[in-house]
Amino acid sequence: MGDVKLQAIDLTKIYSDTNGDVTAIDHVNLEVKESEFVMIVGPSGCGKTTLINILGGLNEATSGEVLLDGRPVKGPGADRGMVFQGYSLFPWLSVQKNVEFGLKMKGISAAERAEQAKKYIELVGLNGFEHALPKQLSGGMKQRVAIARTLANEPEVLLMDEPFGALDAQTRVVMQELLAGISKKTKTTILFITHDIDEAVLLGDRIYVMSRRPGTIREVLDVNLPQERNHDCLVLPEFLKTKKSIMDMLWQESQDAALDK
Amino acid sequence: MKKKKISPYQLLSLICFCLIIVIWCVLTFGGIVSDLFLPSPLEVIKKMIEMYKDGSLWANCYESTMRVVIGWIWSVIVALPVGMFMANSKKFSAFIQPVIEFARYLPVVALVPLTLLYLGIGESQKYTIIFLGTFFQLVLMICDTVSGVDQNLVNAAKTLGAGKLQIYKEVIFPAALPGLMDDFRLTIGWAWTYLVVAEMVAASNGLGYMILRSQRYLATDTIFAGLILIGLIGLITDFLFRILTKIVAPWYDRLND
Repeated sequence: MGDVKLQAIDLTKIYSDTNGDVTAIDHVNLEVKESEFVMIVGPSGCGKTTLINILGGLNEATSGEVLLDGRPVKGPGADRGMVFQGYSLFPWLSVQKNVEFGLKMKGISAAERAEQAKKYIELVGLNGFEHALPKQLSGGMKQRVAIARTLANEPEVLLMDEPFGALDAQTRVVMQELLAGISKKTKTTILFITHDIDEAVLLGDRIYVMSRRPGTIREVLDVNLPQERNHDCLVLPEFLKTKKSIMDMLWQESQDAALDK
Repeated sequence: MKKKKISPYQLLSLICFCLIIVIWCVLTFGGIVSDLFLPSPLEVIKKMIEMYKDGSLWANCYESTMRVVIGWIWSVIVALPVGMFMANSKKFSAFIQPVIEFARYLPVVALVPLTLLYLGIGESQKYTIIFLGTFFQLVLMICDTVSGVDQNLVNAAKTLGAGKLQIYKEVIFPAALPGLMDDFRLTIGWAWTYLVVAEMVAASNGLGYMILRSQRYLATDTIFAGLILIGLIGLITDFLFRILTKIVAPWYDRLND
């Protein structure tokens, strides 16, 4: 693992409306090192999505800073690619044109775009579907396209917001293994948000556990699983140990949340 | 590829048309209603053939269609950028929306005297009436359609490095296109209403003029011929728009089609 790639410094987001202020996240600090796979896990409503949207530049922090390679970043940009739970594929574009989208925005020639797209379509295992439209694909395939589309843009960091949340359990495991393989192969720096503890432990090199709202970082854990991550890891003692400690933390959070009310 | 077959729904539409014609026949051939009020289908068809032979059928249809199309195209050309910009700029929307809402409620018929005063009785007056009748509605419809574009697509494009103009061109416009086609299809229908308004006041040709003049001579067969022609042109326009939507947005699934 190399230098710090992405850094959040004291990020706070307060939503104000006529009913008063709601603090979504409160002084969140985190860092993702180069080529690292970092997970953020937290109870629903803890501000995970707000956090990742701020990192991706789609939402603005009330205070605090986001640094990429040590430089502050504002607004969205191709350097921080995002994958969303709802796929967000352009329904009028074929798989290939979707994957080429970011490159087209950069003004890269059609021939070069096609070559790059081919590489990433292959990486996510969608050869033969280049000319299909998104509506012809299953949920898992759509998310493969979204991942290829973001990776083809060669972002500095890949931000993933519960990307497999809408998939059925079997497809989810397949996608998790696919992503673990891609992460190893491409050495992409990934920050991944989930509420699924299994997913967090299976994929992460490091896990940030968030508290209930207002979201803060409650704890950081290192995951000591073999480099090769696949469904066999789900029963290893180390996996279960880490899973148990996160479960305890989140259980505590929900207990406290109940007492708050 | 699907086989071309008449669906049960198309059959129902057809039955409804036939039913109306049957009732029409019963009322007229049965002598229940006087010829003066309701001519028989046969008389209307005879009238149409007569009009076809003396060339007035094509001439009137052509004049009217051209007026509708030109007035409506102007309306689209101006409404499209205004509506798209309104949907994406709160400030611009705040600036212009109240005026448009106000103008929308002005009855176009009440504006006819002014258009006559300003523009005389030439073609530009007809285009203006059709423009005024469709523009304000169309702007609001376009604004609504564009606002309805999935924000997640816009966000995805932003994180893929798309700039503001690129987002308009590559995301918002194609995403809104099927909805825009619907807006266009509806407003061109309204344009026909305003065409008749324009032609009834000051024209020497066109279907609206033909209908008005027939009233003076109690030529109900010509009136019905005119009405049926307008209806037919409307149906054809609608059909063309549906085909066009399939061509420009083949990815789009209409719910009932």
